[in-house]
Amino acid sequence: MGANVKYRIGKSRAFQGLVIVLAFSCIIPLFAILFFIIKAGITKINWHFLISIPKPVGETGGGIANALLGTCIIIVVAAIIAIPVGIMCGIYLSENKKSKLAYWSRLCVDILQGVPSIVMGIVAYFWLVKPLGGFSALSGSVALAIMMLPIVIRSTEETLKLLPDSLKEAAFALGMPFHRVILKVIVPCGISGILSGVILSVARVAGETAPLLFTAFGNPYLSANVLKPMHSLPLLIFNYATSPYNDWHDLAWGASLILLVFVLLLNISTKLITKRWKVQL
Amino acid sequence: MLDTPAENNMLTLSDGSLGVIGSVKTPVNVGQKVKRLYRQIRTENIFKRMLVLMGILMILLVLGILLTLIVESMPSIKALGAKYLWGKTWDPVQDIYGAYPFLLGTLLTSFLALVISIPFSVAIAIFLGEYYPKGWLPDFLKNTVELIAAVPSVIYGFWGLAVLVPLVRSLEIKLGIDPYGVGIFSSALILAVMIIPYAASLGRSVIQMVPSALKEGAYSLGATRWEVIRHIIIPYTKSGLFAGILLSLGRALGETMAVTMVIGNTSIIPKNIFAPGNTMASVIANEFTEADKPVYLSALIELGLVLFLVTVVINMIGKRVISRFTND
Repeated sequence: MGANVKYRIGKSRAFQGLVIVLAFSCIIPLFAILFFIIKAGITKINWHFLISIPKPVGETGGGIANALLGTCIIIVVAAIIAIPVGIMCGIYLSENKKSKLAYWSRLCVDILQGVPSIVMGIVAYFWLVKPLGGFSALSGSVALAIMMLPIVIRSTEETLKLLPDSLKEAAFALGMPFHRVILKVIVPCGISGILSGVILSVARVAGETAPLLFTAFGNPYLSANVLKPMHSLPLLIFNYATSPYNDWHDLAWGASLILLVFVLLLNISTKLITKRWKVQL
Repeated sequence: MLDTPAENNMLTLSDGSLGVIGSVKTPVNVGQKVKRLYRQIRTENIFKRMLVLMGILMILLVLGILLTLIVESMPSIKALGAKYLWGKTWDPVQDIYGAYPFLLGTLLTSFLALVISIPFSVAIAIFLGEYYPKGWLPDFLKNTVELIAAVPSVIYGFWGLAVLVPLVRSLEIKLGIDPYGVGIFSSALILAVMIIPYAASLGRSVIQMVPSALKEGAYSLGATRWEVIRHIIIPYTKSGLFAGILLSLGRALGETMAVTMVIGNTSIIPKNIFAPGNTMASVIANEFTEADKPVYLSALIELGLVLFLVTVVINMIGKRVISRFTND
């Protein structure tokens, strides 16, 4: 073996080592964040933290009940808006692969996926906050629903596209009308893919702060009225993290841990669903 | 799953309409069946129309977003004109609006983040696409990298504020520059972490698409692994890798919360990459609810419009490149 060949093999090995080191060093920030947030947040969480509302500056204690409830309500309302629309649109796109309207529609879904979240906040402000005359949880839900749509639509479309045509043809041959074929045969067959898309979209918007800044706005008290301002976990984290008070930082660490665990669990559950049913997203 | 009685009715009925009516026993029954058939057809039509409506709704949503942004930024476009984008001062109290500091801030943070993230995302793509496509360790790496994209940006911001900013500050003290801690550099570091998954996952899938005949040909000529990657895989996947990088740039440009929390929020043009600044997204997040004058508010919305258009163009180019790559 000549020196040249040895040099080339060495170079190849060195590159392989470099790739491995670089690839695995990306894990460090994620684990650093997990470690730090668990360390800082775990001591703050107790029953009292979950069921009481924040105390004014200077008093210790207080909890994040208002933000927990707010996050749940805002996400549920957003999901109620986004899921039916998203699934229907996904069905439309998978049923009409070639039509002109479907082409433009697909393009618009792509565009929606890339819209910066802060822009969604501005738009929801002008569509709902201004006409309704005040900040409201509903406007936040609508902003989040629009952000959920592309994910639900994409996953529905991709899942349904994978189903064999023979399935649909068999149902048609039995004389089933179109809507029954879709709702009773096609959708149940693709339910796992659709479901994981829905969970993924919830996970994505659960941590969104920017669209809520000028819509749900935040509220220091417990509120369940969707037409009034409402607090949410990401908003609370943002407000308290950027405040100068240590008590508030503590609340924010606890809230961060809860939000992070919630979002990661949702993401991992979509992984399990897709793995179990072998869907490709 | 199948609603059998209804389907049976329909089948006999379609038989009947083909001219075997005589075989049906009671005429009353036929009337009911016809009614049911009409109802089915009507629901079917309504259902089809609903689907089309949803397709149209998506187009209306995007047009609506665009129109809202344009209409609401009209006052500032009229009052300030095109020089708004090049104006170097942003002073709402004096009614002077110039977006240049924010444009510069956005470009600096995004491109710096991109430069930092590219080696890592390309390394992940090569590792998962070429070196180790299967096995538990690559699976673990792949899932972990995907989870990086799942962490909410406000948590990145909080972590950056508590952990990264002090680190950057001590680095700045060592380098002998003003130790702000917060600033363009800190935001770029956070952004770099956040955008790695986007380029990495796309890069991985394009690298896996390289035909093995090409690679085998190179190996049979005596090429080393590195030479195959350098002379076969990289040239072949160039456009796909580029598209992945574009998509992560689109992410970085629009990212709001993490940047807002660590960039320092001043409207002065940043002197160097360690100075505090503001991006388009962060200035909207900070000042939107405080904007008390119509022109002030509308100037902020115009920033949103610019942001929207830029991300749309970048995403469209990225998607176009990918679809051309996958079709070839």
